[in-house]
Amino acid sequence: MSRPRYRLIVDPIACDGAGVCAELLPEMITLDPWGFPIIHGDEVPDGLVDLARRTTVSCPRLALTLLRIDRS
Amino acid sequence: MSAPVGPSRLLDPSGGADVIGLDAHLARWGTLPDLSPKALLDAVDRSGLRGLGGAWFPVGTKWRAVAGSGRRRPVVVANGAEGEPASGKDRYLLHHSPHLVLDGAAMAARAVGSDRVVLHVSAGPVAGLQAALAQRATRRMDSCAFEIVVAPDRFLAGQESAAVATINGRNPAIPTFVGIRTVRDQGVAGRPTLVQNVETLAHVALIARYGPDWFGDIGTTDSAGTALLTVTGRWDAPRIVEVPFGTTLERALGLDPEAARGIQGVLLGGYGGGWVPTSTALTMPFTEQVARSHGSSIGAGVVVLLPTGVCPLVECARVVRYMEGEGAGQCGPCVNGLDVLATSVEHLAYRPRSLRGGVAALPTLCGLVEGRGACHHPDGVARFVRTAVDVFADHAALHLNRGPCQTTRPFLSVPSPARSASR
Repeated sequence: MSRPRYRLIVDPIACDGAGVCAELLPEMITLDPWGFPIIHGDEVPDGLVDLARRTTVSCPRLALTLLRIDRS
Repeated sequence: MSAPVGPSRLLDPSGGADVIGLDAHLARWGTLPDLSPKALLDAVDRSGLRGLGGAWFPVGTKWRAVAGSGRRRPVVVANGAEGEPASGKDRYLLHHSPHLVLDGAAMAARAVGSDRVVLHVSAGPVAGLQAALAQRATRRMDSCAFEIVVAPDRFLAGQESAAVATINGRNPAIPTFVGIRTVRDQGVAGRPTLVQNVETLAHVALIARYGPDWFGDIGTTDSAGTALLTVTGRWDAPRIVEVPFGTTLERALGLDPEAARGIQGVLLGGYGGGWVPTSTALTMPFTEQVARSHGSSIGAGVVVLLPTGVCPLVECARVVRYMEGEGAGQCGPCVNGLDVLATSVEHLAYRPRSLRGGVAALPTLCGLVEGRGACHHPDGVARFVRTAVDVFADHAALHLNRGPCQTTRPFLSVPSPARSASR
């Protein structure tokens, strides 16, 4: 069985630009001029999956989702 | 009943604009054949029909996704909200030939296993649709139930998830985030939902009768059939024209080189579409693929021929400010980015010296909003601005070097934004 693969997606309606995600996961998330997250990369690198998961639960609006993409 | 020949499929070949009642409809097209859901799905798949509401998605693929999406019975939404100010083809079709749309909606319902069709339309065609439904009811033509829901008069009303929100009684009618679960899985009343543009459904009505091979007799291999266009700038008032895919606008609109010289640029796809240089737009094969290769889209069939004598940058500034106001106001990048983008285009149009970073600042701003909304509203505005910067580059240089145009008359139809009513 192959390893699970994940994508990080943001619900732009829920997001209010608190910016916590960019502090916790700067490898994948930067902020635009207004403080809203820009997610880099279509897939979460293996070594960042745990950190990405922790980032999703740290978002005050729970606007981030770690979406499994290896099964449809 | 013999199949129609020539490019007038949805419209009356004699150019008549009268309402085609049920008797005339059946006299022209015959009754609907009794096809199984599988036969319908196969016919639509093989026809290559794509969504003509703007998304150009393969219709058969969408139907199969809805038909197979769960155990709950799906709902079909015939979408004629048409919030785009430069488009009128859906309203025209619903008025002129309501039974083609209703036939197509009934066929879609049968194909995906639905017994409920919601007609989501602007206020204008409602009375005509009620009359058409009454005619059908007396003959017990349909096994599905029809209901009418009036779409609010705003740009985003026809967006798939916004349409579902309206039908579900949510106010205001704005998009929802469908990153994980789309309306195909969970839409109207929580059921799997097929949202299909009314013109697309009218083509289904003919594919069901005459088959996919007939459908492909007109058009190109990757863009079969015909499309309804709303054309502004060719005649005194906008007109609805049916054209075969693959033709040129020059031929379809009867434009000679003299007439082409009076056109500054061509907008395809409406206010979320893109500008194409006149010579290219008039002579390219008219298909979605070709429009996309030029950075534009035919979208829902809007064609605007912008005449010389109006300032294209003022027109763009008016449109972008309108689109900013028509945003749902939900997503940070769109709320902030479209306002800055609108202000920048206004600078270029009216106060070019105030535009920091010059024209190059505009594509950069576009990059900050693209792909970052819950819906494609910001992406459309970005496409509009990017292509405007290219097509009107000479005019922009003129503004930056010599100042804005002194006098200009407004040309494009730009309603006042709905924002104040909904925020």
